[in-house]
Amino acid sequence: MENFTPWSALAGGALLGLSAVILLLFRGRIAGISGILSGLFTPHKGDTSWRVLFLVGMMLGAAILLPMGFSIAKVPQGSTLLYVLAGLLVGIGTKLGNGCTSGHGICGMGRFSVRSVVATVVFMGVAILVVLLREQLGWF
Amino acid sequence: MNRVIALLAGILFGMGMVVSQMVDPAKVMGFLNISGNWDPSLAFVMGGALLMFSPCYHLFIKPRQTAISGEVLKVPTTTAIDKPLIIGASLFGLGWGLAGICPGPALTALVTGQQEILLFLAAMAGGQLLVIGWSKLRVRAMQRASS
Repeated sequence: MENFTPWSALAGGALLGLSAVILLLFRGRIAGISGILSGLFTPHKGDTSWRVLFLVGMMLGAAILLPMGFSIAKVPQGSTLLYVLAGLLVGIGTKLGNGCTSGHGICGMGRFSVRSVVATVVFMGVAILVVLLREQLGWF
Repeated sequence: MNRVIALLAGILFGMGMVVSQMVDPAKVMGFLNISGNWDPSLAFVMGGALLMFSPCYHLFIKPRQTAISGEVLKVPTTTAIDKPLIIGASLFGLGWGLAGICPGPALTALVTGQQEILLFLAAMAGGQLLVIGWSKLRVRAMQRASS
């Protein structure tokens, strides 16, 4: 467990939670990233600018921290097929299941939504299984 | 003011992604790989987020009729644990396990302009559009059947 970083994990998590509180309290919207993105593809009047601003803000937040000693690790170089397949599955899955790690995992579970708890257990369980199969059996 | 709030919330989210290192797929993989040198950090990220969000939601948001802006509180009302939820969460888990990337980190890391992130995001948007298109077709077919 030498890679374990409990304090930065807790602090970063608290920032995510604070972001979700602010967006819901002030604007009435759920800070679920997959939903914020997919909502842009079915535009309604007055429902687009906050989405764009939030997504731009995410990149801006990272850009602000980069000169302050924080870094964004490079994504491991993998095959094009791997990233396209993973992205496609994440896109289909989050739209069909109505949420991802932020929408279900933080906002939904934080509201004590059983539906979100089930979704989180399922996607986390499947992801752990996929990694286990790769590590133990050399699949994928 | 409303726009500033959306931007500010986004900035805090992006900062949270960087501070927690969830933008690093290797860090996420360290959590998902329970058979290796397990790194429980991701659980602490979720814990930190829940410790902040959950009490605030129940104390300050749940009792409200509307958001401070006067807008509707768009809190999901669906409670069904149905096939789309289970299949969707499973497919998401499959994709997440393959690359160690989920939507939040991908959109934050877009600032780096890495090709792998661009590919992932383009495919992710494509996947969402596929589901949107497919459900529109289904609605149209059902309308035709009932008319």
